Amino acid sequence: MTARWLWWFAILCGASLLVGARQLEWGQLLSLSGDAWLTLTASRLPRLAALVLTGVGLAVCGVILQHIVRNKFVEPGTTGGLDAARLGILMSLVLAPGAGAPARMLFALLLSFAAGLIFVLIIRRIQFKGSVLVPVIGLMYGGVLSAIAEFYAYRNNIMQSMQGWLLGDFSRVVQGSYEIIYLILPIVGLTYLYARRFTLLGMGEGMATSLGLNYLAWVALGLLLVAVTVSATVITVGSIPFVGLVIPNLVALRYGDNLRRTLPIVALGGACLLLVCDILGRLLIYPFEVPIGLTAGSVGGVLFLALIIRRYR
Amino acid sequence: MITVHDIHKAYGAKAVLKGVDACFPARSLTSLIGPNGAGKTTLLLMIARLTAPGRGEVRIEGRPVAGIDIGEYARRVATLRQAPDFNLRLTVEELVAFGRFPYSRGALTREDQRVIDEAIAFLSLEPLRHAYLDELSGGQRQMAFLAMTIAQQTDYLLLDEPLNNLDIKHAVQIMRALRRLCDEQGRTVILVVHDINFAASYSDHIVAMKEGAVYCAGSVAEVITEARLGELYGLAFDITQGQRGRLCNYFNP
Repeated sequence: MTARWLWWFAILCGASLLVGARQLEWGQLLSLSGDAWLTLTASRLPRLAALVLTGVGLAVCGVILQHIVRNKFVEPGTTGGLDAARLGILMSLVLAPGAGAPARMLFALLLSFAAGLIFVLIIRRIQFKGSVLVPVIGLMYGGVLSAIAEFYAYRNNIMQSMQGWLLGDFSRVVQGSYEIIYLILPIVGLTYLYARRFTLLGMGEGMATSLGLNYLAWVALGLLLVAVTVSATVITVGSIPFVGLVIPNLVALRYGDNLRRTLPIVALGGACLLLVCDILGRLLIYPFEVPIGLTAGSVGGVLFLALIIRRYR
Repeated sequence: MITVHDIHKAYGAKAVLKGVDACFPARSLTSLIGPNGAGKTTLLLMIARLTAPGRGEVRIEGRPVAGIDIGEYARRVATLRQAPDFNLRLTVEELVAFGRFPYSRGALTREDQRVIDEAIAFLSLEPLRHAYLDELSGGQRQMAFLAMTIAQQTDYLLLDEPLNNLDIKHAVQIMRALRRLCDEQGRTVILVVHDINFAASYSDHIVAMKEGAVYCAGSVAEVITEARLGELYGLAFDITQGQRGRLCNYFNP
């Protein structure tokens, strides 16, 4: 089953390399130099890598969060993680204006991690965890964080630079500006290595503890992995909704929740969805581009609605 | 043998356990009975180390459990609780495989696979091996969870109301399986059970609790008497001894 997904993935990668505002001259490509070669190595390949890594990272984040909170309707976008990362970047712009991407990353990471911990604490205190209540609380929580961010930006006259991260956009990705996204690679590797433990988290504190898992430590580690991924994606491409929500749900319907088995499919699925959204976005008003935040928002939103209707019918 | 010594526990101002001393003999099946709110489940969760006692201590073979590493404890004591909010889509076999987590935290070994097969066979779950849990009936689901705790291969098994919401046939299946675990494999089983007739027919030993303290404890013959049960539950009991064992009738007081 993974093989079939790999095929789709390869086809989409090829398509993504071929689509773009500048027509590629194949003859130049073979000589490994010239304009076409530069387009490929400086723009198309970095963009492909960023797309794939972001898709994989967001889908894996979603699945980790869903196991930690034990609710199918959460993802970084509905638990405040994304808003906190944005607030972190704003703070780094004000507090350390000269610092580079690593410093911004650190700020985003710290705030996103703290926001994740606080969210889990809030959820643990709630007695009746209806499947809809948890994401609603998450959205309210995210709303508060985002309001704080906006107020902060307003006070410091940086509203404009904030708009940049509201909507995910891959057109800014070129060689030299996106490399932080490679952090997602080790994160996904770690998640796969410890997939059994993350599945156990999904069984709840009592059962995980009875099976000898140090529950709180693994919840904290999971949240840290999510925070790293979220802050890396927000810094490189901005926020992209629904990928972390839709893909894990679709995969769970078909293949179940045993992460050891399903994590590769979740990762590939996330990458494929983003690639499709990106190709769509690049073709819709060719040679211009629709930001991927928009296309992913609409494609993901429709898929998500379909999922909810299916679940409550 | 598991013993508990002078256990106290309060939730806020409400004391749930007030100085409980009890002993659960090894290689036998002990039922915890008593009215709602007596503190049975709290005591069981304390033995499982899922709740910390306010005062007092639980000992396993004379050794205080508080000092035992949580990973090691999972190889000695398995716990099965009600899991109505369990929402992972796992197959029966995948669930049972998680019973091996305390032993091989990474990939399953051949020995693990053997134990998993054995646990599934023990409860005759082969036809359901590849079925997803959310497609099973309540009784089959409970059997699958029990298979997971069996695969944990612990000397001690703790079960919190394993018969809840089961039809009588599944309830009998579960109790027979627990009896066999005790007799054939020498495991120690402790369970909280509300159906007094199941407790009377399948236990070796009964601990009756009332209002946060042990009301009486002993063999079935010692505890299952009209006078004791009558006072424990505040109901009139009529206990008859038939060919198939004791029968407690409290339906028409």
